[in-house]
Amino acid sequence: MSGHISPKSTYYTIFGALMACTTLTVIAAFIDLPANLNFPVALGIAIFKATLVVLFFMHVKYGSRLTKLIAGVAFFFLGILLSLTMADYLSRGWFTAPNGSTAPGAIVSLSPKPQPVPPTEPAQNTSPK
Amino acid sequence: MPDGAIAAHDEHGHPHHPALQHHFEDLEQQHEASTLGMWLFLVTEVMFFGGLILAYTLYRIWYPVAWALGSDELNIYLGGFNTVVLIGSSLTMALGVRAAQTGQQRATVGWLLFTIALGLTFLVVKFFEYREKFEKFHVPGPNFRFEGPESPHVQIFFSLYFALTGVHALHMIIGVGLMSVLTTMAYRKRFSPEWYTPVELAGLYWHFVDIVWIFLFPLLYLVDRSHHII
Repeated sequence: MSGHISPKSTYYTIFGALMACTTLTVIAAFIDLPANLNFPVALGIAIFKATLVVLFFMHVKYGSRLTKLIAGVAFFFLGILLSLTMADYLSRGWFTAPNGSTAPGAIVSLSPKPQPVPPTEPAQNTSPK
Repeated sequence: MPDGAIAAHDEHGHPHHPALQHHFEDLEQQHEASTLGMWLFLVTEVMFFGGLILAYTLYRIWYPVAWALGSDELNIYLGGFNTVVLIGSSLTMALGVRAAQTGQQRATVGWLLFTIALGLTFLVVKFFEYREKFEKFHVPGPNFRFEGPESPHVQIFFSLYFALTGVHALHMIIGVGLMSVLTTMAYRKRFSPEWYTPVELAGLYWHFVDIVWIFLFPLLYLVDRSHHII
């Protein structure tokens, strides 16, 4: 069988890189990074580590194009799951005003002019029942 | 018609490997098909954990304070130790697959046993972490206790902590079971450089479980450590 046999040194190198990245992610977590960058940095390091494992430990680097496609499909679908769900949840409560203004705190009405309640109408009539 | 199939093979004149199934051209094609099938299974596993990660991300965006408080309760030393253990077990697994590829039967058994030992180490550490959660009443449910106004949201954090690490630990237990079977097969000299597919596929599974933990460690243990020094 013509399976690719990596030299042992490759595995030890990847292991060393994974250990270094683990140390890096712990150190980065204890530093207060500006602009809430802690979460993206931690995620970025994890994605890099996962890529190393997939390519070298799981032999995808030496696999057929079909294997590469299937492996890529997993993360493609994961991306759809996360991005579309987040696009829904995180955009709830957003207002789109007719004139395009979405400044925070702005009172937005979908009708062109708010209809004032006629002053002659008694308040009791507007209540239910 | 098994008799006809055997006869057809015999007509070619060259005996084939006992592990080769009759619907494949050769061992290479069979190995390729097996690898592809394993990867398809791993795609479903990615989606399985992806759903939990999605729930985690959404609640983290909604309740960032509760996430910071809950994460600080986790033991970063045990979590970090387990990360090293699991990445180490991925190394021993990769070396085990390599030993099977090169036909080193004794080395294959050795690396697989090493991998099992590291997997069990991980599970034992996880047991002590869980026990601490029970002692501190941090297990979600009627007995959950957490001081402060964020308590209900911290309970959501711990629910996801137990869901994610619990399902991961279950995968580890299944993995250790697989390794035990493989070790027995390797000990009985069932593998050769021509056919080592089960070792390779179990390796894919083990590395996948490792990848899950690579994400779980920063997501659960390192949420907001910069503001709360240990």
